[in-house]
Amino acid sequence: MTGIEREVVIVGAGPAGISAACVVAETGRSALLIDDNPSPGGQIWREQDRHGSDWQASHWLRRMHLYRVDVMSGATVIDGDPGRRAIVCETANSVSTIRYKKLILATGARELFLPFPGWTLPNVMGAGGLQALVKSGMPISGKRVVVAGSGPLLLAVGAYLKGQGARVLAIAEQASWSRLARFGLGLPKQPYKLAETWQLKRALFRVPYRAGAWVEAALGGTVLERVRLRVSHRYWEAPCDYLAVGYGLVPNIELAVSLGCQLSGGCVQVDSMQQTSVPDILCAGETTGIGGVELALMEGRIAGFSAIGDRLNAQWLFSDRERFRRFARRLQKAFTLREELRHLPSEETLVCRCEDVSYRRIAPMSGWRAAKLHTRCGMGPCQGRVCGPAAEFLFGWNCQSARPPVFPARIDSLIEHVDK
Amino acid sequence: MYDVVIAGAGIVGAACAYECAREGLKVAVLERDFIGAGATAAGMGHVVVMDDSEAQFALTRYSQQLWQELASELPDDCEYVQTGTLWVAADEEEMSEVRRKHQFYSQRKVPSEILDARSLDAAEPQLRTGLAGALFVKEDAVVYPPCVARYLLERARDLGARVLMGRQVIRLDDEGAGFDDGTVMKGAVMVNAAGAHAASVHPDLPIVPRKGHLLITERYPGFVRHQLIELGYLKSAHKSAADSVAFNIQPRKTGQLLIGSSRQYAVDSPEIDRSILSRMLARATQYIPTLAGLSSLRVWTGLRAATPDNLPLIGRCPGYRYVFAAAGHEGLGITTSLATARLLIDELMSRSPAISPEPYSVQRNTAVHG
Ligand SMILES: Cc1cc2nc3c(=O)[nH]c(=O)nc-3n(C[C@H](O)[C@H](O)[C@H](O)COP(=O)(O)OP(=O)(O)OC[C@H]3O[C@@H](n4cnc5c(N)ncnc54)[C@H](O)[C@@H]3O)c2cc1C
Ligand SMILES: Cc1cc2nc3c(=O)[nH]c(=O)nc-3n(C[C@H](O)[C@H](O)[C@H](O)COP(=O)(O)OP(=O)(O)OC[C@H]3O[C@@H](n4cnc5c(N)ncnc54)[C@H](O)[C@@H]3O)c2cc1C
Repeated sequence: MTGIEREVVIVGAGPAGISAACVVAETGRSALLIDDNPSPGGQIWREQDRHGSDWQASHWLRRMHLYRVDVMSGATVIDGDPGRRAIVCETANSVSTIRYKKLILATGARELFLPFPGWTLPNVMGAGGLQALVKSGMPISGKRVVVAGSGPLLLAVGAYLKGQGARVLAIAEQASWSRLARFGLGLPKQPYKLAETWQLKRALFRVPYRAGAWVEAALGGTVLERVRLRVSHRYWEAPCDYLAVGYGLVPNIELAVSLGCQLSGGCVQVDSMQQTSVPDILCAGETTGIGGVELALMEGRIAGFSAIGDRLNAQWLFSDRERFRRFARRLQKAFTLREELRHLPSEETLVCRCEDVSYRRIAPMSGWRAAKLHTRCGMGPCQGRVCGPAAEFLFGWNCQSARPPVFPARIDSLIEHVDK
Repeated sequence: MYDVVIAGAGIVGAACAYECAREGLKVAVLERDFIGAGATAAGMGHVVVMDDSEAQFALTRYSQQLWQELASELPDDCEYVQTGTLWVAADEEEMSEVRRKHQFYSQRKVPSEILDARSLDAAEPQLRTGLAGALFVKEDAVVYPPCVARYLLERARDLGARVLMGRQVIRLDDEGAGFDDGTVMKGAVMVNAAGAHAASVHPDLPIVPRKGHLLITERYPGFVRHQLIELGYLKSAHKSAADSVAFNIQPRKTGQLLIGSSRQYAVDSPEIDRSILSRMLARATQYIPTLAGLSSLRVWTGLRAATPDNLPLIGRCPGYRYVFAAAGHEGLGITTSLATARLLIDELMSRSPAISPEPYSVQRNTAVHG
């Protein structure tokens, strides 16, 4: 057990956390950046990208090293005590209490999964999940892949997989063409306006992009063999090796909630200085609302300035942040999930994979807590991280419940009381 | 008009509803939240015989026998397993308590067995070495209470009972159950089974909340095999007014471990108290050092409905003719729910009960405590 103290402690080493840490470290103050992955970068700037072509990633990661941001990787923040301004952090073989003057939460987001028949078959994965696997070395060359779900992430994933040699059979976007067009994101049969914003136009050349299309079922015996799409009123079926599905992102609010931060619309509520409702705790990036890398970077920098009391520099960035937020709101509207997706699961489709709980057992429940207590749904190792947001969408329940530990934690880590 | 209107669909309200429905009475159950949402969801589900007093013994033993009858019909998700309890003695002083208990149980025909240090080690290899021994009480069991409550209410429903969710009772009197919109559901008899909140319906009931923390781990099948409780439990948990922790661990049918326990007085906020949680877990690792490395999924709290003498309030409420209480079960309400329901129905039907109802009468508490 160790005791550490830093002026600014940042949880989450994605774009938001890194940019916040850089701002703090550049002024010579002590900044500690904590992340549960093996190396910093968050969801998109994984280790491999450091030497890659993503200029933004290399820029920020270089700055982070240059200004000697103290990075603690492979460390999960499992609990905290705002009253004492301390958090508890667990690594593979140690636990430490870390005290802060200011705490910045930049815990990012995760993918939203919605259950459909066959979604638990092997080789059906999250869109970002498959991308991450390929980034960490899984061969994909020559494999037939269907990418489906909703949002700009599908394009990023499709482009990446194609770049790695996959045969991307289709990108199925549930939002309709007319919806995309209404929010200025696409012209009929040409998703490239949207693609442009993500600089993916070239990469996606010749990949069929179907709007108003969604996965009805993944088919196969013991492993995925075929996928059946619904394209407005018709069906489209094709054999494939991988199905990558993601219905957008869900902010990782669990730590913030367990520290007492207030939410608004499912995201951590912050003021213009990225300050949460809890004194000395700030929040930046996807946790305050899904908005993409640019917005995450901007919020991270503002949070950094805010944490060191530099209002002026923070204010310089407000108008840029507003611009990205406006764009984010537009995306959110364009990619609103359609009603039909609520009716995809069959009676036997599992909603909770950890505890094998089917749609049939959950549907009659009066709410999330009742479902948990009576069916064990959401009681497994993921503690409802996956099925909670799905149930929220399917049944309109409020599925937030924050109880320590934020992530499964060793018992000795909970004995390490923050008081020490 | 109902024969019986019950406020609260915890395990106690559910058991009462089932007993009443079995007698052919027309029953309505009013629950402000959902079935088992209160202490019934938070508790450990240890069905245990206790001997703090003769009255506590009589009620827990009677109820345990009712559990054994019910067990065969319980669905799988009720997770009834007769694990038995090991009352663990750390030293010679606690061993003498083991012998006293053994004698007490033997005289009353409760099967139990004294384990010495060696046989304790063989029975539960994860316990640290150097413990003195234990008392093995064989018929104690473990259940999953929310599903039992649901099952009992399903049975009651099959017999015609109505279970209404989302109905908060603000008043129970000889007329019926009153709601905040001014309406009243009329009944011949009203039963207050609102658990730790019973006093919010009847302020005279001497019930105060006593908070407890529990932790559940990931799955470690076979890690421990019995419900394990330290014998210091009796000294610390029941007999002082200070906050206390004790080693208490339960193997679930899922392979998970449920770890307790803590007691804090007059605290009714659901927040986790990190410092008492830390003490509780530290205590548990003193008995099982290898616990320290296990992975925990979740920590939560629950409120026990405590009375001044730790016995429940069962029977007619003073000052009313038709209002009855079935509340105040502290840390034993899962165990004693079934016997509570029997005592209640026997009183309603003017039958002579299997055990003396005197020690649990509502009168006795109000008499003692004003
Ligand atoms: C699976 C996935 C794939 C994506 N792929 C792309 C893509 O290809 N292109 C694109 O433009 N955008 C992509 N995005 C969106 C992009 O990741 C975000 O816009 C951006 O990374 C947001 O940055 P952030 O700093 O807010 O959060 P993140 O990048 O998510 O960083 C948060 C970090 O905090 C860590 N963390 C969370 N909780 C704790 C805790 N309690 N203790 C310790 N560490 C913690 C997380 O593990 C993570 O490393 C993807 C998102 C996801 C979820
Ligand atoms: C940490 C902990 C561990 C425990 N371990 C054990 C154990 O191992 N073995 C054991 O036997 N017991 C144990 N207990 C005790 C046991 O859980 C309780 O005694 C038992 O659940 C009480 O059941 P009940 O039905 O009286 O109360 P509850 O389950 O609380 O039910 C009361 C119900 O009434 C409802 N209600 C409240 N007010 C109103 C109102 N005004 N109108 C309508 N409805 C209302 C509530 O929503 C609730 O559903 C434990 C308790 C705790 C807290």
